[in-house]
Amino acid sequence: MKETKLGDFEETILLLVGILDTEAYAFKIAEEFESQTKRAVSIGAVHSTLNRLGEKGFLTSEMSGATAERGGRRKRIYTITASGQRALEESKDFKLSLWRQYPAFAGNLKFGI
Amino acid sequence: MPPYALRAPSQREDSTMKNFKNHIAPSGETKRGTPPRLAEKLLLWFLKDELAEEVLGDLDEKFYSTAEKHSTRKARRNYWYQVINYLRPFAFRFFKFKNSNTMFNHNFKVSYRQMLKNKGYSFINIGGLAMGMVVAMLIGLWVKDELTFNQNHKNYNSIAQMLRVESNGQGGIAVNNALATGMGTLVRESFPDQIEDLFMVRARKQAPIIGNGDKKFRETGVFLEENGPSVLTLDMVYGSIDGLKETRSIMLSETLSTKLFGAENPVGETVKLNADIDLLVGGVYKDLPKNSKFSDAAFFSRLLLLFRENEESMNVWNNYNIDIYVKLANNVNQEQLAELITEKIKGHYDDWARESGQTFILHPMQDWHLRSEWKDGKPVLSKEMKFVRLYGVIGVFVLLLACINFMNLSTARSEKRAKEVGIRKTLGSLRKQLITQFYMESFLYTISAFGLSLVLLWALLPWFNETAGKGIATPWNLLEFWLACTAFVLFTAVVSGSYPATYLSSFKPIKALKGGLRPGKGASHSRKVLVVFQFTISIALIIGTITVNNQIQAAKDRPIGYSPKGMIALAPGSPRFGQQKELMKQEILNTGMAEAVGFSNYPVTSTLGWNHGFSWEGMDPGFDQSFNTITISNGYADAVDMEFIAGRDFDPNRETDKNAILINESAMKAMQLENPIGTVVKYDPSWRDAVNYTIIGVVKDMIKGSPFQQTDQSIMFLDQEYTSYMYIRLNPNVSPSESLAAIGEVYSQVLPEAPFDFHFADDQYNQKFEAELRIGSLAKFFTLLAILISCLGLFGLSSFVAEQRTKEIGIRKVLGASVLNLWQLLSKDFALLIVIACLIAIPISYQVLQGWLNSYEVKTQLYWWVFAVAGLGGLVVTIATVSFQALKAAVSNPVRSLRSE
Repeated sequence: MKETKLGDFEETILLLVGILDTEAYAFKIAEEFESQTKRAVSIGAVHSTLNRLGEKGFLTSEMSGATAERGGRRKRIYTITASGQRALEESKDFKLSLWRQYPAFAGNLKFGI
Repeated sequence: MPPYALRAPSQREDSTMKNFKNHIAPSGETKRGTPPRLAEKLLLWFLKDELAEEVLGDLDEKFYSTAEKHSTRKARRNYWYQVINYLRPFAFRFFKFKNSNTMFNHNFKVSYRQMLKNKGYSFINIGGLAMGMVVAMLIGLWVKDELTFNQNHKNYNSIAQMLRVESNGQGGIAVNNALATGMGTLVRESFPDQIEDLFMVRARKQAPIIGNGDKKFRETGVFLEENGPSVLTLDMVYGSIDGLKETRSIMLSETLSTKLFGAENPVGETVKLNADIDLLVGGVYKDLPKNSKFSDAAFFSRLLLLFRENEESMNVWNNYNIDIYVKLANNVNQEQLAELITEKIKGHYDDWARESGQTFILHPMQDWHLRSEWKDGKPVLSKEMKFVRLYGVIGVFVLLLACINFMNLSTARSEKRAKEVGIRKTLGSLRKQLITQFYMESFLYTISAFGLSLVLLWALLPWFNETAGKGIATPWNLLEFWLACTAFVLFTAVVSGSYPATYLSSFKPIKALKGGLRPGKGASHSRKVLVVFQFTISIALIIGTITVNNQIQAAKDRPIGYSPKGMIALAPGSPRFGQQKELMKQEILNTGMAEAVGFSNYPVTSTLGWNHGFSWEGMDPGFDQSFNTITISNGYADAVDMEFIAGRDFDPNRETDKNAILINESAMKAMQLENPIGTVVKYDPSWRDAVNYTIIGVVKDMIKGSPFQQTDQSIMFLDQEYTSYMYIRLNPNVSPSESLAAIGEVYSQVLPEAPFDFHFADDQYNQKFEAELRIGSLAKFFTLLAILISCLGLFGLSSFVAEQRTKEIGIRKVLGASVLNLWQLLSKDFALLIVIACLIAIPISYQVLQGWLNSYEVKTQLYWWVFAVAGLGGLVVTIATVSFQALKAAVSNPVRSLRSE
């Protein structure tokens, strides 16, 4: 069975897919990643992760219509599946629950409000 | 997925390929160029076809966006980067969708599981092969080291040593290295065309004291002419190769330089030679490798220093005390040149040289180490060369043993897998796939064994260097080593895998599954031959090892004639030692820590000093032998503890004793004297007037030279003047640590400039056994490994046989056979093989050892019990090995073995 845990990079990519919505294809996701995180990434690395997320069932993909700017080539648009959505939420909840237990943060909350 | 199941053909969308090659840049932007063609080609080559469209599209977009934001160059570079980053498993077309790769993984997995399933068998197989490999590697490295002696010198091919050949006075012909300085000077002047360079070196090793301030060390060094270092070529650390320009100069090895000056550059500083003269340090060279003739030289200094800096000493004809080395010009015929040299020197012969028929030969550097033994003036197979061959043969045999085992066990095991082959074939496996499977397996085993052997090599090399007296470095950066290993691994894997691969894969599946498969008679015969072969080698090695030890013991058991134990030896390195001798002796005796102190002109552990010209009443007129002659002081006999057979020691109170001599037992026999005491011997050396001496004592023979040779006839004179060696017998009632401290203190007071660098005489004596002990311990190691490897093989084989006969044993048991019966049944086949091996091994080893022992004067006998022990040992080991399996099979419950199927 494939592992169904989310790695940090995977989680970021998954979120970016959600953000980019209909524009979520490898090149765009890599661009977005670079501009949001200020970290360089190769398209190959992103593509490989997308592929893996697909195998885990968190993403589906289909080829879009051809566009002129890519020499008439189609692009593969990725969409988050329901289980991908769930995995993201679980990950977020888990982290939030960890943050709640974190004393410094809890203290800050008290004084901050 | 089952590997042999049919699979849909992989989906290649060839029809759409063409489209991808079009680049249609956004309109108006063609000036920005296109992505690099080559990168694109590369990408399309490895990328899965179904990914091509989207990936090319993405990369194009990236390219144009980078080109717009930055520059075309950057965009092109980035394109390459992106392509390289697509080298990932998911995108790689060769990874999943090609048939052979799955096969490969699958084969690997099956092989690996086979290995784990039969742990014991894998261990035996891999371990045995690894041991064989490591022995072969060690021996290979050793042989290479022997064969590359002196190759560190760049003029290796053109350097030769001049040697003289002459009658040895006893009807034979001797080859000698010591020559006269006059010869060197004459040859240098006479043949400038043929001889590019020539340098002379003091023949006898010198070990003076080299000092820098308080740091004083006794170091062995080479005294040569100033051009010597540049002819030999040295790797300089500091200074230049011409560092011996001045007469009073020295070049230090890196080690000695560090000892004297630490990490500093000592060029331009001075060191003291024998606490006497100052030498200018002209350079520091990298230590010479251990396999170089001059490797024990801690320094190079000028020859003239040993001749009191007298230039005329370079033209002396009657003192044979130097070696001569020449660097030949290209294309010089060495034999012709040697003849020319002989002709040239003939004009200077003295009577003795003419009588002995002196001629000269040139001995090239390539031959110095391995081809340097002569018999009657002709080169013969030297001891070193014999060892190179002997060890080479042992290495090849041990490796062969291991390989045979490996193949033997592999094939034996593979017969068990006939069923597996049957099932695989029924499921649709092709023959080719089965062949790959079996080769893969044997390759995996060989590679594991190779890995293990590298670890073993790494672990054993330091020990091996110490035992073999070598300085072999790890061969990790040696290309030849890796090439040889790769070749060997491939060879072993292919050969040992070939039987199961070709034979087993040819089975008809039905036959194999029915179990009607019986291994052929031929296979079991050849297996028996291999077992005999293995044990022949093992038993021969056992016999050899015991005999080498017997030989050492025989020499050790000889009476030494003096007592090295409890005695220390010194050679005080100071010009003042001559004057201070008496004082030193008295002072040391006064401490009460020493029983006796004596001096001699040569060490008691050497056979230096030979003279002829002795005559006496009743001498056989044909007698023309030399005697080993030394001069000793009063007290020497007590210090070394000589044993008197007749007569007495020199008496300091008798003035007449300066004309008295002591002789040893061998001399008494050689002179054929019944009652030697009182016999007058006339000594007439050519260089001074004849003097008559009276024999006052006869001592037992002393083993001064090699303990494997007969002792020499020897005469001792009383003359303290030229004695430079001091022997002190310690007081046995005081602990050495105490007495040595006390003596050292006195010594430093009398001779503060010379270090108290004493040796225990028994250490020096034991060094004489070093070469033989070395052979002994290496032989032991190899024998042990050979036996171990043979046993592993036997163990595996017997377990295989026992398993094959499980049913037979079960039935026999049911019918009433006892455990003893069964044990006999299974063991006797193997025992018979060992007996045959013994019968072959004994005569062979007898011949070889007889030949080896013949090169010794003192030798052990080839006792019959040695052969008996080796044979019995082999038998016991075999029975023990086989019994383990036999008993296991014999005591097992027959119900189990008969119930299956």
